[in-house]
Amino acid sequence: MTTMAKKRDYSLVGESTRAAIETGLASAEWYHTDVPRKAMKELMQRSDGPAIRDTIIWLAVIVASAAGIVWFWGTWWVLPFLFVYGVLYGSSSDSRWHECGHGTAFRTRWMNDVVYHIASFMLMRNPVQWRWSHARHHTDTIIVGRDAEIAVMRPPDLLKAALAFTGILDFRYSLPTLVRQAFGTLSDEEKSYIPEMEQHKAVVAARWHVAIYVATIALAIALKSWIPLVLIGLPRLYGTWHMVTTGLLQHIGLADNVVDHRLNTRTVYMNPISRFIYWNMNYHVEHHMFPMVPYHALPSLHELIKHDLPEPNPSMWHAYREVWPVLLRQLRYEDFYLKRELPPTARPYRGEFHEVDMSAAAE
Amino acid sequence: MADWVEACAVDDVEEEDVIRFDHGGRSFAVYRSPDDEFFATDGYCTHEKAHLADGLVMDDIIECPKHNGRFNYKTGAAKGAPVCVNLATYPVKIEAGKVMIQI
Repeated sequence: MTTMAKKRDYSLVGESTRAAIETGLASAEWYHTDVPRKAMKELMQRSDGPAIRDTIIWLAVIVASAAGIVWFWGTWWVLPFLFVYGVLYGSSSDSRWHECGHGTAFRTRWMNDVVYHIASFMLMRNPVQWRWSHARHHTDTIIVGRDAEIAVMRPPDLLKAALAFTGILDFRYSLPTLVRQAFGTLSDEEKSYIPEMEQHKAVVAARWHVAIYVATIALAIALKSWIPLVLIGLPRLYGTWHMVTTGLLQHIGLADNVVDHRLNTRTVYMNPISRFIYWNMNYHVEHHMFPMVPYHALPSLHELIKHDLPEPNPSMWHAYREVWPVLLRQLRYEDFYLKRELPPTARPYRGEFHEVDMSAAAE
Repeated sequence: MADWVEACAVDDVEEEDVIRFDHGGRSFAVYRSPDDEFFATDGYCTHEKAHLADGLVMDDIIECPKHNGRFNYKTGAAKGAPVCVNLATYPVKIEAGKVMIQI
């Protein structure tokens, strides 16, 4: 049977939004692996220790590499320092933003808030807007018309995906967005997930961010030096590649419009350095199923529930090799996706919402 | 006039934990604080439909399992985004080893 692929509408206030609400896909009940309450309680326990240790290392290396940039500016020796500083500023900030936004990194609330705001600034993300967009991402993960954080839409724009590694597109989106918000304007899409009582806070936050960028530009002009901009703002370009390399794998090529994270989210085993930068978000199925579990407990959660999850990709390279042909197929047939096999010990996928006729993709 | 209803036995709730209690088509969360006091609130988070009995009790805070929204379960006060609306709370008393809530 040949099926005409239906064009997806990714607007958050459009036809797909209406359909998701009408069919019950929006705010649906999601599948969870059974975990005894006692074990889950232990996994959810908060602690300041691991995040304080990691944050001290993170900030110390940021300061040291910034010093190296200033010291070696104008020589080739600056490159390794730019490499380290860029990744810690432009990529690690994403996982810090993420974990502290959930409030799970530290036990102490203000510590989460302080790191959340620093990381949001590094990422050029409005801390208020993105807190709400991420709440929506967890409610309606990869539900078309509802999820504001779908990185690669269908059919995939491969040029756009490739450019994402340079940070150019994000930069082009983020900075004008902050400026628009600083002038008091929120888009209809932003208003669709930021409650009215919180919208003024988004404007105030954008004004703070823009003020710091204006001050940085003024300092660069006054000093007649690029260094202030290389240290504040531009790492969002030259240091973002690791965030994209790890982050794209979270959902790319997998199902959309389903209510089982095993179908739309991917766990990938990664090397220890990437896991430090990414704060264990490579255990992404586990994180989406149980967002209460802090990053440092995700490996234990993984061990506990892996019998019910698809086999993780053994490396990032393996995951990209697996997803590449899926993206090529989606260029011609956007309903196609990678349905990952469950082990015999797992509870099967539920049929509702999850059956997509992919016969046309095989032609 | 609100009725007192038996929700559970005292020993059903561990210290610094929460359990679910359903009654009359409604759902509640019953808490036992670290200093061994009992409290009751509506069961579902005011942000989105997630049951607080699956969440984490820390001191006098219940954290929602879905989006990590936090409430003070003793007062029902919402403690910041993504929860903006307070939680309803209910009087609790202990009688003969049973936790009674007034609903």
